[in-house]
Formats: sequence, structure tokens, C-alpha cells
Amino acid sequence: MALNLKRNIDRPDDFYQELLDMQRGMEEEDVQVMNAKLILILSNHIGDHKTLSEAMSLAKN
Amino acid sequence: MLNTYTWPEYPYVQSDDQKDGTIKRKPVIVIGAGLIGLSAALDCARLGIPVVILDDNNTVSIGSRAVCYAKRPLEIWDRLGIADKMVEKGISWNVGKVFFKEDLAYEFDLLPEKGHKMPAMINLQQYYCEEFLVDEVMKHKDLIDLRWKHKLISLTQHDDHTSLQVETPDGVFTMECDWMIACDGANSMVRDMVKAEFTGRFFQDRFLIADVVMKADFPTERWFWFDPTFHKNQSALLHKQSDDVWRLDFQMGWDADPKEATKPENVIPLIKAMLGNDTEFELEWVSIYQFACRRIDNFRYGRILFAGDAAHQVSPFGARGANTGIQDIDNLTWKLKMVMDGDAPIEFMDSYDEERAFAADDNLLHSTRSTDFITPKSKSSRIFRDAVLELSKKYEFARPLVNSGRLSMPTPYVNSSLNTADEDAFEGDMAPGTNCADAPIIVDGAEGWVLNHLSDDFTVLVFGDAPDMSEIKLGNIRAQVITVGAQFEDKDGLLTQRYDAAGGAVYLIRPDHHVAARWRKFDDAKIVAALARATGQN
Repeated sequence: MALNLKRNIDRPDDFYQELLDMQRGMEEEDVQVMNAKLILILSNHIGDHKTLSEAMSLAKN
Repeated sequence: MLNTYTWPEYPYVQSDDQKDGTIKRKPVIVIGAGLIGLSAALDCARLGIPVVILDDNNTVSIGSRAVCYAKRPLEIWDRLGIADKMVEKGISWNVGKVFFKEDLAYEFDLLPEKGHKMPAMINLQQYYCEEFLVDEVMKHKDLIDLRWKHKLISLTQHDDHTSLQVETPDGVFTMECDWMIACDGANSMVRDMVKAEFTGRFFQDRFLIADVVMKADFPTERWFWFDPTFHKNQSALLHKQSDDVWRLDFQMGWDADPKEATKPENVIPLIKAMLGNDTEFELEWVSIYQFACRRIDNFRYGRILFAGDAAHQVSPFGARGANTGIQDIDNLTWKLKMVMDGDAPIEFMDSYDEERAFAADDNLLHSTRSTDFITPKSKSSRIFRDAVLELSKKYEFARPLVNSGRLSMPTPYVNSSLNTADEDAFEGDMAPGTNCADAPIIVDGAEGWVLNHLSDDFTVLVFGDAPDMSEIKLGNIRAQVITVGAQFEDKDGLLTQRYDAAGGAVYLIRPDHHVAARWRKFDDAKIVAALARATGQN
């Protein structure tokens, strides 16, 4: 499996707070657009199609 | 409405068949004198096959239809002697711009590769193309019998022929043909008559097409807007055609009332919002359409062959309708000729379905994806779409995801059963199943193009030492041996480069100018085997 499912996020609590803070005070629809952008930006960073497919199927199931 | 074009009215003539009441079986009848039917007849005539075309109307295409023609169909029309006329009358263009709201999101350049006779893309109204085709057909009266006001009303299929009931202003009469090529469009009657399945996806959206005449200084570019301020939440398109006619396209949504939407009092404000109040224009044509992406379950029903929109229907984004239809014909006629001459078994025609259904599926996939981007089916797909567009303004990475239509490119028949797989290593695009790339050559001291100098039969194109034979035969099937450096020179080295032939190469090329097989060295036994495979002999 190309997808890394081991611990990899640096300072997990800080990261999670940042993720939530990002959406604070925003309309639901704007949050969705922002999240979509985030997915696209991260997907491009990963790039490898197989890894992305694995991540998508993991998220769906 | 203003007309920049005068529709010709072609005369109805009662045929001798109908007058005499005797049935003379025709080798080939083409149903429909549109772009595809006329091209089919001309291609049959090129191969010496006599053909009758039946059309229920008596003029060329009316209204807004095909606009963009890509290089490959132009190359096919070049063999029929009409591409120069189309290129001269048409508008060549390369740049496409995609806007999101007020801003330019993405720009593409077709960047046509140098050293091809035909341009990457031209725009031309369909009525001009059809008129040029009809003019050419008239030059081949010895082989082509074009009959206007002949409406097919029913048919019966037999083992070795098809019997047709045809209605003219003089009443109904019977015709028979060995083969029929059905080019009678998306609403094909022939398709209904053979009870073929025609399935796929319908899209719940409506688009308004307006062809307007204006002397505007917009550049000759394809402009596509997502959610522009002048047409909120919808898409729009602007593209130049010949004679100062411009194609405008407005997404209207599923709820739009087709009758209301096409009234001038509703259309004109929409156009003014797009072009600005100061631009003077006149309407040439307004219509509303919805679209589907679907195809016939088999391109061959016995001795009836389907081509063009009768076989497959795509959304207009990407100009994949007419362009792929012309390529159907290119694939069909040489195979039909072989079967009619007894040089290939009748089952060989199944390879027409195999190769062109494969191409149709490729087109349908592209077309469906473009449509999904332009017309998001759910709130969340629209959110992703808008996110892509927003990001594409600033970041290069998102631009390849923007899809306002992927423009028509030929589909290589990579998996075709007619191909002989490579046994030697090759680089580049010319794999078996691929249409041959053009390149400049020198013939008898004059500049020319390789596609104009390949054989109408099979060609063995040799890079390297000329072999000791001028042709290779398999029964009556002939492959003409052409050696680069002997029959013509490679002008700029592009031919050798495009065919990865610097180290020597031998290509077996089909009559439709697709690669059937290739090797590094000339071996006539291998060529004969590949020839057999490419003609359905094994």
C-alpha cells in the first residue's frame, strides 16, 4: 500500500486546532468550498494516482 | 433574421428506377446527404464503388450545427479533394481562454506542431462544408447518384441484400442494395427500423445557441465563461465562424422554457449583456438544445452500417460529433471495398464496429466528463468545480483540471484485432492502430506531404535500404512498397523523427492511413502475415 497510514502528522493537536480554527465563523457553503480547495491542493502535492485512489476509497468505506 | 448565406435548393429528379418500376440492385445506398453521408459517397467513389445517396430534403444543413473541424478529418477530406476549400473559407484558430466570473482562469494554445499540411482546427459553418461536399459529389456523376426528396419509409433485411421502400414526390417505390450506410443523424430512422439500442446518458440542462453577425474586434479565440457576471451561475461561449458570424452559446438550466428563451426579446438582452451595449449585431439563428451522450449497440447490423450521429451522439463540448463521424467513414469504406471485391470475408466488417465503437466510447467518455464539469450534477460537484476554477486563476496545478471541452483528437485503435503487435522496440506515437502523422517531403524536386503520397491500397513505407520489390501481394490485396529516399525525400527529417526511423524502419500502413504493423527490418514473410491479419484473413 502506497498510502501512509502510520503516524505522520507533526504536532497533531496543533494541526487539528488549526484545521478547526480555519472554518470558524464561516458560512457552511464557504467551508465546503474551502475544504474542496484543501483536498485539491493536497491531492496535487501527493500527485501519485494510485495513492489518491487508495485514499478516496478509504474515505468512502 | 439576417442571412449571410443563401441555401441552395437542389432539384428533385425522378429516377429511372422509379419511372420504369424495375428494381436494379445497387451495390451501396447511403441514407442521408449530410456531412457524413456525402463524405461516405465521395470516399466510395474514390475507391471506385458506385453509390446512391438518398436524402429526404433538398438543401444543406439549416441552423447552427457543427462548427469546429480538427486536423484528422481535414486530412480525410484532403483525400477527397475538398480540404483546401474548407481551410480557405474557414477560420484557423489556436488560442482558447477560460474565464471564471470576471477573471481569466486559464488559457490554452493548441500549439500546432509545424510540418503538417492541415491546421490543428478550423471553424466553418456546416452549410459551407456540405455545399463543398455536394459540389464535389456533382463532379462524380459517373459513380455517385445523389437523389434529393427521397425519403426512406421502411426496409427489410435479407441475407444478401436490403430492400427499401422510398417515397418521392412521385409516390412510393422499391429499391434494393447490397450494402447500406446509414448516415441519417441522431434521430436515425434506419436505427429504429433495425430495432437497434441507442443508449447512454441524457443531461438535464438546456443550452441556447445564437449565431450572430457582427463586425467585432474580438480575437479569433475560443472564449468560455464559467459563471460570468453577465450570465450568473451558468456558462457561456463565444467563437468566430466564417463571414463575421459568431457562435454564442448560453447555458440556460433545465427549467428554461425553450419557446420563451428563443424569442428575440429574451435573446437580445442576453447577447447585449455578453457583448456590451455598443456592439452592433444581428441574429442569424437561435435555437435551444439539450443533449445526450449515447451510442448504438453495434455499428453493423448485417449489411447495414451506421456512421456519424446515427451511431453515436455526444455533447457539443470538444467538437467531437462531426469530427468522429468523418473518421467512421475513413474506417468503413476500404473495408467495405475489400468485402465487396471478395478479398476479405463479410465478418471483416465487424472490425468496423470493433474499432469505431472503441473510438466512440473514447469520445463519449471525454464528452461526458466535460459535461459533468460544465453542468455539475449536485451541489458538492459544483463546489469542487468552483474550487478548481478559483484555484486555477492563481495556481498552475489546477489548470489541467479545468474542462470546458477537450477538443477532438483521433482515437488510436490500440487494441484492434487487425494490429500486429510490435516485436521490435520503438519510441514515439506511431504504434500499431494509430493514424499516420503527416510530414513534409520532396517529390520530384517539389514540396509535398507524405499523407498525399501513401498508397490508396496498403503501403509498405521503408526507411533504409530499398528492398528488391515494388509491391507485396496477398491474393488480390496489394501493398505498394515506398522507400523514403527513393520515391520521395524526407524534407526536414520530420518524417524520420515522427516514425522513430533513424535506425531504419518498415511500416505496414492500411488504406485508411493507420499503422497496421512495424519492424526494424524488411521481412516480406512478416509483412504478408500482418497483411492477412489487417484484412481479417486469420
